[in-house]
Amino acid sequence: MSVKQISVFLENKPGTLKKMTSVLTEHHINMRALSVVDTKDFGIVRMLVDDVYETTNVLSEANFIASLNAVLVFAIPDEVGGLDKLLQAFDEAKINIEYMYAFAGKKGAYMIFRVSDTKTAEGKLAAKGFECLTAEEVADV
Amino acid sequence: MGNYFQQEIECAPREQILAMQNEKLLKQVQHVWEHVPYYRKKMEEKGVRPEDIKSVADLHKLPFLSKKDLRNAYPYGMLAVPLKDCVRIHSTSGTTGKRVIAYYTRHDIDLWEDCCARAIMAAGGTAEDVCQISYGYGLFTGGAGVDGGSHKVGCLTVPASSGNTERQVMFIMDLKASILCCTPSYAAYLGESMKEMGYKPEDIPLKIGIFGAEAWSEEMRRDIEATLGIKAYDIYGLTEISGPGVAFECSAQHGMHINEDHFLVETIDPDTGEVLPEGSQGELVFTALDKQAFPMLRYRTRDICTLTREPCSCGRTHVRMLKLKGRSDDMLIIRGVNVFPSQIETVLLNNGYAANYQIIVDRVNNTDTLDVKVEMTPQMFTDNVGEIDERRKALADGIKDILGIRAKVSLVAPKSIERSEGKAVRVIDRRKL
Ligand SMILES: [Zn+2]
Repeated sequence: MSVKQISVFLENKPGTLKKMTSVLTEHHINMRALSVVDTKDFGIVRMLVDDVYETTNVLSEANFIASLNAVLVFAIPDEVGGLDKLLQAFDEAKINIEYMYAFAGKKGAYMIFRVSDTKTAEGKLAAKGFECLTAEEVADV
Repeated sequence: MGNYFQQEIECAPREQILAMQNEKLLKQVQHVWEHVPYYRKKMEEKGVRPEDIKSVADLHKLPFLSKKDLRNAYPYGMLAVPLKDCVRIHSTSGTTGKRVIAYYTRHDIDLWEDCCARAIMAAGGTAEDVCQISYGYGLFTGGAGVDGGSHKVGCLTVPASSGNTERQVMFIMDLKASILCCTPSYAAYLGESMKEMGYKPEDIPLKIGIFGAEAWSEEMRRDIEATLGIKAYDIYGLTEISGPGVAFECSAQHGMHINEDHFLVETIDPDTGEVLPEGSQGELVFTALDKQAFPMLRYRTRDICTLTREPCSCGRTHVRMLKLKGRSDDMLIIRGVNVFPSQIETVLLNNGYAANYQIIVDRVNNTDTLDVKVEMTPQMFTDNVGEIDERRKALADGIKDILGIRAKVSLVAPKSIERSEGKAVRVIDRRKL
């Protein structure tokens, strides 16, 4: 099952990321994973949170623009070449990765992937023995 | 068929209006000559006496008045009646220097409110309507003028004034307001806010919008009309001449009828001051024909516009001013090129952005820089950095195409551009020349 990721527009100005994290803290929202992409002019924060609905609401009240996107989350086995095997599966299934980022959970490392066709990718990878995590599982890591 | 407040005047034959204007002008010139020493001196310097003005055709002989004159004459220099005959003042916002104070007698307020009533009825308003006025009340002419007009039409008037968006929405919904009067940028803001609150255009009881006090584009009109589910009408005016209602749009929505029984209009070449033939684009110059306390003769507005006397389908005979090209005060000269903020606004709206922007002009190493800040919108945001950047570049290219010069476009957070008294602060010029 794919998981919903929140992407937030950030103006390129000192303190905007802090402003956003403060809003989340105020509402006791816990970030599971976070990645920031920056250009010279603006940035996008991508994150996984416990309560997607609540998060989008509080962000929009605080005048942030956010969008939801489906991403695939995989656990990376704690062994040499763990990520390599997974990426090889993507390669063999001819799945184009738009971007990816990692985060650490209590039980190990995880990778988040954004691909153009989430459903198809999910099926192809499962056929190769790579099962992605559900939202409940992500909340638990 | 039409909805008029004073049909006999609004639809009077041209000759009748001209006769009225000739009579009023002669009286007004005499009144100013006798009671405004500042202007009398200007006339004497030009070698003109009241008897030289025999009709409207002699208007060009009179000296101009400009904002600078009004500042020189601050606070009482232009006053033409004893203070005891005045009942109110209004004042400009003074953002570009010393305030201008305009005085009104009871008669002046009365004719101004007539003009506003004509505007409301031309937009389709009747005594059945609930008219919410979200212009600022106070020194600004917007609130008071339209309020008076709304009373004259007999609307249930809701003097909401500006700000407090939630309360505005509450009145619109609970009192079923059918007419909204405010600045176009506030209307756009209100529309956005209502959309965010989950109101669909068909849920909103508003039918008519009467928006003025700043220049706005056709694209912005369409945007506001769509979000609020209304028909939006333009209204024009300035404190120096009376306030909103100097001109207004009718059902034909092709230009604003100028209330010619009260205000005489000319277009001039802004550089030479030469009167241009009717129909050419130029700076608007107004003469208030029967205002007593603050009687402007040939006041230069800095507004660039074109007039037309083509017959109008609404039946009104008064001359129309076509959509303002911009205020020549708003016009920026950047790297030698004339730039109107409204041109940039058009590009924004055509590219899918909202009209929430700010233009910042500066001078770095003797070269003008043009920065355009644009608020990001949910529609234009995607998770893809490359796509956002491509859209930003397309916007910059669009601006380059229309202006001929390149602007640095940056995307900023929603609602981050400052708004003052319902007016968006569109231009910041940091060049100190
Ligand atoms: Zn008309």
